[in-house]
Amino acid sequence: MNIEDWLANACADAERRGLADLKPLLESLAESTRSLRGAGWDDAGCPPAGQAAEATPAPPPDGAPR
Amino acid sequence: MTAPLHFHTIAELAPLVAARRISSEDLTRACLSEIDAHDRALNAFITVLRASAVAQARELDAELAAGRHRGPLHGIPVSLKDLIDQRGVPTTAASRVREGHVAAHDAPVTARLRAAGAVFIGKTNLHEFAFGTTSDDTAFGAVRNPHDPSRSPGGSSGGSAVAIVTGMSVASIGTDTGGSIRIPSAACGTVGLKPAWGEVPCDGVVPLSRSLDHVGPMTRSVADAWLLYLVLRGDATAARWPLPARRSVRDLRLGVPRAYFHDVLDDDVRACVAASLAWLRQAGARTVDVAIPHAGGAAAVYLHTSLPEAAAYHAGWLESAPDRYTRNVRLRLELGRYVLAEDYVRAEAARAVLRREVDAALDGCDALVLPTLPIPAPPIGAATVDVAGAAQPVRAMMLRLTQLFNLTGHPAISIPIGDTAAGLPCGLQLVGRRDDTEALLAAAAACEPVVIS
Repeated sequence: MNIEDWLANACADAERRGLADLKPLLESLAESTRSLRGAGWDDAGCPPAGQAAEATPAPPPDGAPR
Repeated sequence: MTAPLHFHTIAELAPLVAARRISSEDLTRACLSEIDAHDRALNAFITVLRASAVAQARELDAELAAGRHRGPLHGIPVSLKDLIDQRGVPTTAASRVREGHVAAHDAPVTARLRAAGAVFIGKTNLHEFAFGTTSDDTAFGAVRNPHDPSRSPGGSSGGSAVAIVTGMSVASIGTDTGGSIRIPSAACGTVGLKPAWGEVPCDGVVPLSRSLDHVGPMTRSVADAWLLYLVLRGDATAARWPLPARRSVRDLRLGVPRAYFHDVLDDDVRACVAASLAWLRQAGARTVDVAIPHAGGAAAVYLHTSLPEAAAYHAGWLESAPDRYTRNVRLRLELGRYVLAEDYVRAEAARAVLRREVDAALDGCDALVLPTLPIPAPPIGAATVDVAGAAQPVRAMMLRLTQLFNLTGHPAISIPIGDTAAGLPCGLQLVGRRDDTEALLAAAAACEPVVIS
């Protein structure tokens, strides 16, 4: 969903629920969502490993976070 | 030993208790006296277990007299953050939402401490439901920093850190979802360990964000944190002095991530961290600059993970008892109900990238070394603080350097490194490999005597 549409809907819903105080927090969240979506989360962003990384390939994807 | 006994470390106290040169009852009563003297002003405790703690201490003293010694925790007064269940005692989570709750069972971590001989002196105050970093949104009154009572002790495990600094308990057990063990440890001048994710069970602990929650020790030394970590992990046979041999600081290779982590720092914190790094190098440690390219994106990933996970747990109470929350915590929980599922999934994918980047930064290093908090303890109630001439939001500053390692699950520890000019403590954070909390503790134990000024 487009962030602007999401924000407008969320603010309207919060107001309908008597939570107008949420609006500034929702606006901050929208900024954070823009940052999340725009950060370029791809493996090309993976750094060299420490000081001696030139020859170290990026580790394989780790699907298990824990 | 010059300070009163209840201000000493477990490592110092354990042999005295074992040899019956001091009794657990005397130690426990000394801690209770500190609570009586100072807690009205500092609000570190929600529940003080006077009668049961003394009774427990007497039983443990009697065991010793009969020749049974459970190990180095035998008879040591410990406090629990009031998110952790102790049978027969309320678990309030510092919220009116939980009024009337009494735990039917010990959490596994409580049971392990009990079996190891800990004396439970009380349940400590915190930011309501651990959903904050300043310990001032609580149904039991703001926790105050003993170094300056007009300031926050950090949070959410604020009461635990205060209890250790003031001699109200010898050690404490906290929880850490975005830094809630390490942040108050840095703000109050104690040691705080967030073990690797999943090593210490969170059952019987009120959750905040299940994929980010950790339970860990808060102590006066790295050795004490190590001992408690072994007990919490369930490795009772390993929880014996002496602990594994410390490494020499000369053997350590430490990675220093500067970009992002040194970009926004209070001047005094920057000076303390720079001095610590210089002392470590002078003592023989090798330091190398490393990078975590997406570290600046961690805050957004953290928000899109923690908010919906917290909202999911609280959804029922948000409908049935919304007015029982403190205002700020209720609003942030409500905010979590608006995070889109697609962004939660994006955050999950981003966590995998961050995990690989931290792994890569640690490649060839024993630990990463960075500040724990970019600022000293902020004034209670402040929304912003001045950092090097610019106003910065307190909440973002408090989480800025710690939340990344909750997202990735790497173990991390904060150790004290001295004070600002105003006498407020600063902390140094060491981060270890994901599968090796003990190697991190060994590195921290080697660094500790070098950086404590």
